[in-house]
Amino acid sequence: MYIIIVGGGRLGYYLTRALLDEGQEVLVIEKDAGFSQTINAELGSVSLHGDGCEVATLEAAGANRCDIFITVTGDDEDNLVACQLAKHKFNVPRTIARVRNPQHEKVFKKLGIDATVSTTNLILEHIKHELPSHPLMHLLDIQEKGLEVVEVTIPPGSTCVGRQIKELPLPQDSILSLIIRKERKPLVPTESTVIEAEDQIIAVIRPETENELRAALMSD
Amino acid sequence: MRVIIMGCGRVGAQLATLLDKDGHQVIVLDKNSHSFRWLPGNFKGTALLGHGLDEISLKKAGIENADVFIAVTQGDNRNIMACQIAKHIFNVPKVVCRIYDPLRRDLYITLGLEALSPTTIFSQMLKEKVEE
Repeated sequence: MYIIIVGGGRLGYYLTRALLDEGQEVLVIEKDAGFSQTINAELGSVSLHGDGCEVATLEAAGANRCDIFITVTGDDEDNLVACQLAKHKFNVPRTIARVRNPQHEKVFKKLGIDATVSTTNLILEHIKHELPSHPLMHLLDIQEKGLEVVEVTIPPGSTCVGRQIKELPLPQDSILSLIIRKERKPLVPTESTVIEAEDQIIAVIRPETENELRAALMSD
Repeated sequence: MRVIIMGCGRVGAQLATLLDKDGHQVIVLDKNSHSFRWLPGNFKGTALLGHGLDEISLKKAGIENADVFIAVTQGDNRNIMACQIAKHIFNVPKVVCRIYDPLRRDLYITLGLEALSPTTIFSQMLKEKVEE
């Protein structure tokens, strides 16, 4: 598989290294001559010095035979334009963009980028996970299906403690797929499973029903 | 007409001045307040500090009821992204984008954006000067 990465900063560098380790054919396009040279010196000749938003650079990179095009520069507008060029000028089948401003995720989707990764949101989620409160954690977005996988820890005072799953006002189409209990094996819940305090529940839901899920499992 | 101009450089400010004189409601958006020095003292429109890629700034500028959106910042990609937000997210009826790079302009024209390349236009004018 031939993968082009635009942006040879820290993220681009480690992504390139990881993909090379997997045995993929990788090319990193980097604007800064010094960064580009460092990558070539450390990882072998895998970096092209140039602007990934220029048609000429993408032609030189052989974008027309590229399978996956990934943009990880620090500027959302550059990531968007490079992906759109790859998609519409070079017919790259899959484009993935890093997004810094979380608001821009829906813009990128609407403008045809196949997948987005919001680095800001990812860091926020991880920090929230380390806080002592019991937030709803996003584990995974299944973007093509419009679903997400979330984790909820049941607060001790929640109204759902001691009740069976079928009695709970869960949002439509939500699936409670796994319960992790302290010092016990994880279990796949059924309709008659009784919720206990401190249960960690992994659920698959539609993103717009997050508040309903929160109300069903976390309100006291 | 309500016109939002993103980027208050020489071109943005001059365009704002012309439209203001013609009685249009003009809002100029720039992320640097120093840029507003290009506007004349008798400018009756609004100079708004904000980023044209930011939904909140755009809403503050009244993009939801805007008739025209024009992007003339120094960055081609910034102009392109802002114009696509104006056109596809806020459904502004007329959107015009400045793109210096002629090749990038050609692509976005095929994608339905109204775009002008000063590089192409000005080179053509200079060529005509040489040949006259």
